[in-house]
Amino acid sequence: MEWETVIGLEVHVSLSTQSKLFSGSSTKFGAEPNTQANIFDAALPGTLPVFNKDALRMAVRFGVGIGAEIGKRSVFDRKNYFYPDLPKGYQVTQLDYPTVGKGSLTVVLSDGREKEIGVTRAHIEENAGKSLHEDYHGMSGIDLNRAGEPLLEIVSEPEISNAEEAVAYLKKLHTIIRYLDISDAIMAQGSMRCDVNVSIRRVGDTELGTRTEIKNINSFRFVEKAIHSEVQRQQELIEDGGRVIQETRRYNADRDETTPMRSKEVANDYRYFPEPDLLPIVIDDAYIEAIRADLPELPDAKKQRFVEEFKLSDYDAGVLASSRELAEYFELVAKQTGDAKLAANWVSGDLQALLNKNSWEVADCPIQAERLASLISRIKDDTISGKIAKTVFETMIEDASSVDDIIEAKGLKQVTDSGEIEKLVDDVIANNPDQVQQFKEGKEQVIGFLVGQAMQLSKGKANPGQVNALLKDKMK
Amino acid sequence: MALDRSEVEKIAHLARLHVSDAEAEEVTTRITDILALIDQMQSVNTDNVEPLAHPTDAVQRLREDKVTAEINRDELQKLAPKSQDGLYLVPKVMD
Repeated sequence: MEWETVIGLEVHVSLSTQSKLFSGSSTKFGAEPNTQANIFDAALPGTLPVFNKDALRMAVRFGVGIGAEIGKRSVFDRKNYFYPDLPKGYQVTQLDYPTVGKGSLTVVLSDGREKEIGVTRAHIEENAGKSLHEDYHGMSGIDLNRAGEPLLEIVSEPEISNAEEAVAYLKKLHTIIRYLDISDAIMAQGSMRCDVNVSIRRVGDTELGTRTEIKNINSFRFVEKAIHSEVQRQQELIEDGGRVIQETRRYNADRDETTPMRSKEVANDYRYFPEPDLLPIVIDDAYIEAIRADLPELPDAKKQRFVEEFKLSDYDAGVLASSRELAEYFELVAKQTGDAKLAANWVSGDLQALLNKNSWEVADCPIQAERLASLISRIKDDTISGKIAKTVFETMIEDASSVDDIIEAKGLKQVTDSGEIEKLVDDVIANNPDQVQQFKEGKEQVIGFLVGQAMQLSKGKANPGQVNALLKDKMK
Repeated sequence: MALDRSEVEKIAHLARLHVSDAEAEEVTTRITDILALIDQMQSVNTDNVEPLAHPTDAVQRLREDKVTAEINRDELQKLAPKSQDGLYLVPKVMD
């Protein structure tokens, strides 16, 4: 039987404000428990919310950034449920009048195909606190530092057809959010979290199948694996004559399976109603236009510009533009060296590999753009070969001296002196009579071998172009 | 619209309120009376009427994003029945 998958994603990002959504408590990560929870966050009677200007600005910035409709009048609602890390007994969120309405973003898939995925809405809401279920004499410990932090919940249309598209959508969202500088969006730290709604149906069906929701997945890889495993579970269930029930599940990475979260005895009923403690938020065109005018160049535009301005391939431009920091780094190197192609190769190759290997952000990297640019400049002016440059690059990770000092100290300067190269070439010709003979008989590809010999003899320092020319000359 | 006893019990559970058998009877009658009023309101034609979010015409004032809270954790935790290691302790609730 042919099945198709329908996926919708709900992504929560923590907005990077200094203070909470409705109180003046700090949002700094990693503080001692409850040192960032004031009387409002602890829901003491009589306390009232005061709405944070920057949370609104960041939400609108996101909306404008993805070309979405902006709610000029948004309204907060109470979503009522009982849980101890939610001391008010309700979460303040936006039900019918979210700040951000319909929009979309475009993802590029591995086969090069582009797909536009709709964003239904994005609303502002408050985070809950944290429950610690370790043993406190059979009780749970509650830390309210996170309670009341501003979140933006971004809801996609059910237009995602498989795990690859889901991950591409998430990565694109992540990139845009980082470009907009409205959240760290670090999945491992919980500042970006993802709930996945999955259902399957027979190809050709127009009705959606019953969906399950997999909660709180905290890495791109687990999103992919959770979808694969849940789709397979639903298919086997239906093909065996069973029925999918609408429920919340969690993904267990060790066992690569989803399991139902303990279902509540009584189905939850959130009893939404408008939050009487907050008035509607009203913004005008001038407010929205000011935010639009303040937008940075976004990833799609940057990619396009890299292709046009630096003549990069779509692929290279896409890789570099996928991170704002990497793109800025590349641009500095390209401008300083005047060689965009070489700059792109180094930044998306050696530099990216170095960052990945050490889990470094661009800012943590001991080789900053100016130093990489000097290294590339030394390749371009023939001071060193590309191969030797890799050695210098390795040294630069540990050694903060200038590129020129490293080349000098290690004696890596390329040999361009024709006398020295002639001597090398003579040695190679004398030591490899068979290959020289083959060359003379017309087997020209042995030149590669002979150049290699000369390079080895010079410990990589000879200029390969010069060696090549001189070898040919002498073997004529 | 009448409400039956099991619905009252469900609402009480969602609100985590204890309602005794004796009270349940009375509460059922009272909520049913409230629903009768709502039925009456629902008979009003509200086509083309925007839902009201707040009875006043005022709009929300915004606060600068500044850390202004003064937090005395010890004082706050004195109000809680139990605390330990800076955490508020509550009966175990697992989801």
